[in-house]
Amino acid sequence: MSLLHEMNERALTHGVPLSVHIDVTYRCNERCGHCYLDHDDHGEMTTAEIKGILEQLAAAGTFFLTFSGGEVFLRRDFLELVAYARQLLFNVKVKTNAVMIREREAQELRRLGVEQVQISLYSHRAEVHDAITRLPGSLAKSIRAIRFLKAQGIKVTIANVLMKDNFADYKGTQELAYDLGVHYTLDPTVTPKMDGDRSVLGLRVAGESLPSVFRDASLVGDVAAYCAPPPAPGEDILDGYPCSAGHTSCYITPYAEVFPCVQFPIVCGNLRQQAFEDIWRNAPQFHEVRNIRARDLTTCSGCGHVGTCSRCPGLAYMEGDMRGPSTADCEKSFYRTGIPSENMKRKGQAVPPPAGLVQIGLLPLGL
Amino acid sequence: MRTMYIARSSAIASRVLAGETMVMSVADSTFFTLNEVASAIWRAADGKTPLEEIVERDVCPVFEVSVEDALMDAREFVRELSEHGILKVSDQPILPEAAPAPPGVS
Repeated sequence: MSLLHEMNERALTHGVPLSVHIDVTYRCNERCGHCYLDHDDHGEMTTAEIKGILEQLAAAGTFFLTFSGGEVFLRRDFLELVAYARQLLFNVKVKTNAVMIREREAQELRRLGVEQVQISLYSHRAEVHDAITRLPGSLAKSIRAIRFLKAQGIKVTIANVLMKDNFADYKGTQELAYDLGVHYTLDPTVTPKMDGDRSVLGLRVAGESLPSVFRDASLVGDVAAYCAPPPAPGEDILDGYPCSAGHTSCYITPYAEVFPCVQFPIVCGNLRQQAFEDIWRNAPQFHEVRNIRARDLTTCSGCGHVGTCSRCPGLAYMEGDMRGPSTADCEKSFYRTGIPSENMKRKGQAVPPPAGLVQIGLLPLGL
Repeated sequence: MRTMYIARSSAIASRVLAGETMVMSVADSTFFTLNEVASAIWRAADGKTPLEEIVERDVCPVFEVSVEDALMDAREFVRELSEHGILKVSDQPILPEAAPAPPGVS
């Protein structure tokens, strides 16, 4: 067990919010078609309010702090907030489109001791990336920023959301990350908008296209292990928690609302009216989320994928039931392993394994 | 043996979790957890108190260990953390490091 895993277990035992994601604004200079946010400012927190919340989080034991948005650099006080977070000794990660990061900002992020910067990039080709962000010149600016950050020795990750419009480019984007000397992550998850609007889901990559991604060793590592049929879930799996949301992590909106996770928009309280500790310890919404074990999941508890599925309780909640399946994750499990989920079977979607997808774990030895 | 002064670096992230101190180097993301003894030394690493005094004052009476044994362990602990830039070590008192300030503020 790694030290970090050990600390996560300890945080779980003691009910400590080890990781907190705070969006300091929903305003953005890009207009990505898949974004789940409303970019108008409905009264975001002041500098003093955010600093007060950071103090509360430090007192509650939070160690990993992610600043995100919207675009964080649209706040003129952003570096002041980072400086304050670092004075409170948080491990700070910044998620940004990096369009506004120039040499000075990169130097400041280094000086302040930001541990890593994650940058959204959707293609290595401007005609694709800029069409998604709807900001001409955004790819060139983001790449320029990556070079500034790398020159400062900051750890950078390119985060790519895989969609229909950029599916053909994910390898090219991966090569760009390699050339720039930065990490690369790829995620085919497009989430409904915060207000429940599901129209953006039309941007998702068709499930039939996913097997080629899941079988790309440069992305998933050991393909045989990654695509293997799930082992039968034991009692430990069924007694386990579906994910860390609300257990050791939570999310704070620019309007001071507290959610279990950025993808789990159930308001547990508002920090303009209550102390963080009070919300974290006493909000009934948190208690409800924490009481759910894998065996309580209405469909998934009887699904063979329950121990290995990436099921997101937030996406399930947005589908109507936080104990129910997250259909997008059912499909991912299916296209990863070739084995239909219980949810798909119940819906009559028990289709045969997709063409070209081999159930590697079932191959007889010696072949 | 020469006097050793130790001070916490500002290029770290740190938090106490259920009695243990988590420390991560910002420079190389090395992650440490410090047990109660190491946490006591970490807390006392103010740059002006010699390590010997920290051990005698904060470790030996609390953890019932001899000065020789505690000092040997403490030196090893200090060596490991200093290699990752998490602790600064000097044979002279160490001036406090300025905490990260917002840009434009000196």
